Amino acid sequence: MAGETMTLAGAINAGLRAAMERDPKVLLMGEDIGALGGVFRVTDGLHKDFGGDRVMDTPLAESGIVGTAIGLALRGYRPVVEIQFDGFIFPAYDQITTSLSKLHARSGGTLTVPVVVRVPYAGGIGAIEHHSESPEALFAHTAGLRVCTPATPQDGFDMIQQAIASPDPVLFFEPKARYWDKGEVGRERVARQLAEPDGALLATAEMGHARVAREGADVTLVAYGPTVRLALQAASVAEQDGVSAEVIDLRSLSPLDSDAVVHSAKKTGRVVVIHEAPTAYGAGAEISARVSEQAFFHLHAPVLRVGGFHAQYPGAKYEHDYLPNIDRVLDAVDRVIAH
Amino acid sequence: MDAVGPLSDDGLIGLLSHTGERTEHDFFSPYAADLTPERLREFYRTMSLTRAFDNEATSLQRQGELGLWVPALGQEGAQVGSGAVVRGNDYVFPSYREHAVALQRGVDLPQMLTIFRGLKHGAWNPADHNFHLYTLVIGAHTLHATGYAMGMDRDGLVASGDPARDGAVITYFGDGATAQGDVNEALVFASVYNAPVVFFCQNNQFAISEPTTRQARVPLAERGKGVGIPSVRVDGNDVIASYAVTNWAMQYARSGAGPVFIEAFTYRMGAHTTSDDPTRYRTKADEEYWAERDPIARLVTYLTSIDELPEEFVAEVAAEGKDLARRTREEVRSWEPGPSVGMFDHVYAAPHATVEAERAWFERYERSFVESY
Repeated sequence: MAGETMTLAGAINAGLRAAMERDPKVLLMGEDIGALGGVFRVTDGLHKDFGGDRVMDTPLAESGIVGTAIGLALRGYRPVVEIQFDGFIFPAYDQITTSLSKLHARSGGTLTVPVVVRVPYAGGIGAIEHHSESPEALFAHTAGLRVCTPATPQDGFDMIQQAIASPDPVLFFEPKARYWDKGEVGRERVARQLAEPDGALLATAEMGHARVAREGADVTLVAYGPTVRLALQAASVAEQDGVSAEVIDLRSLSPLDSDAVVHSAKKTGRVVVIHEAPTAYGAGAEISARVSEQAFFHLHAPVLRVGGFHAQYPGAKYEHDYLPNIDRVLDAVDRVIAH
Repeated sequence: MDAVGPLSDDGLIGLLSHTGERTEHDFFSPYAADLTPERLREFYRTMSLTRAFDNEATSLQRQGELGLWVPALGQEGAQVGSGAVVRGNDYVFPSYREHAVALQRGVDLPQMLTIFRGLKHGAWNPADHNFHLYTLVIGAHTLHATGYAMGMDRDGLVASGDPARDGAVITYFGDGATAQGDVNEALVFASVYNAPVVFFCQNNQFAISEPTTRQARVPLAERGKGVGIPSVRVDGNDVIASYAVTNWAMQYARSGAGPVFIEAFTYRMGAHTTSDDPTRYRTKADEEYWAERDPIARLVTYLTSIDELPEEFVAEVAAEGKDLARRTREEVRSWEPGPSVGMFDHVYAAPHATVEAERAWFERYERSFVESY
């Protein structure tokens, strides 16, 4: 079926629209998401078409946004909250980790709080302080939250709808530097899935699965969100040197699709994890641990991580040296191949 | 009394003096007009049962049967007066000390102690009682209450044209919570969205050991006024005034007029929790001053003075309190923890690979001990 060409931002916008058309309980909440359409225009046009009652400009108070979204969810609504930038999620961190993540469990399963928290994240856009961070591991570390991140317009379109349909709270990290990347998007598959009687469960399960973005034999590059494109570029260059790299797009950090990573690790024997977040205590550390636990005797080399440093995100003129780039990825590939 | 600060009695609404005399208030008296002697006796009963349960729970903690207890001692007037207003579609978001309101909402009080025995984090289904779970994160639930109220408004349960159908939310919190960002954000959201929510602040004068003067330099009701929310100070040890003020506030919210802030000025006669030691931060004289203002004693004085508290009724309530305490004791002592694997049951509403893998590991691990016998 022929898809439409969309940007990642446009695909998420289309996914939000589809979710709002499907379910009148879906509400959007956030700062500047109304008439302005969000600072990245991800909600462009939705205020005009659905009105201020469903596309709600909120006071400038992140804890308040998430806290009232929880109350609306308890009342049967499905709020989709936009946190304007990654570095400004922290006023809401308390509500997310002490209330949102726990209410289902502490009610013995009687309450559900299906709130989606959308977070434009990661760097590479030359932004000022607090606008380029990657705090995803903090949320993946918290039981009760699902954490996912699309890398392609198709996943942006599908996964935002799956996140909204999920009965669990979802942290939906959007790689802002990829917002303008284009790709083909088919609308029918996810619509069919969500129309199934157990569509919400099917959607939730699928959202937790990784995707093989490129097949290879010699080394596995594990990436997600903003680094998937980088991993694919590195794989193309490596190929010219005779190294066949497989690229796994994780799509989800909680749950983490261990099976997909371990399967690939057993095949290639070498794993490099790439993310923008600091490597120390990051998702790469978890992946490395799981690979060593489950594929130890298949490994030819230690798992390497390429990521941000244990340093405050630097000024925009330095971010090219803070962020993983193709040279650092290829350097890591060289080192695991050399073993 | 502090003449100007947060501990002043400036502007406190009262309808029953601490010596048990009924007084009138031009605006609020009509909101207590439906309090017949029969209803006041019911207030007496609810306050007394709460106190009997409360004292038993403290004893059970002292005996090692509970890990912790949070007494409501002294705050029964504010709680019973306000809680009695809740009806129909109204919804309550408590903090963690509203045991009297829980009783009014039909929560089985002994079951509440599963929380304090370390068996559960939530001990009732909120939907069965229109009474949300206790929240221990100070002030966090005031935002949930505001969001819930915004939802009720959207659902047409406010200003519906049928006053019996209209509903509002009431949320309880303390003086310490007024310093929290979440409470202030809740006031802002409630104000700008005109949410039908009543903020019921029990100023019991202490956040554990810190006096209210460490949270504010003005009466706490000023917090509401600052964001354009009508705010009232009421004598929280006066169950009649607490009822009247809350009755007005809930009617106001249900009618679509918006949020209200109530500061119920009261006194925590007991400890913050059983782990606390109030002798380190307050005087015997203060405690004696407030013992004379006990909300139950003053209602007894009043009902007796109008010859509406028969001895048989008092005896009945006392017997009922003893029964409740006995049942509480027996139930608490009978509870044994279920299998620990239950910790994996409700982490998520839909299956999650990490949880399932860890559950499977834990079950194998536990079986390994059984098999080795």
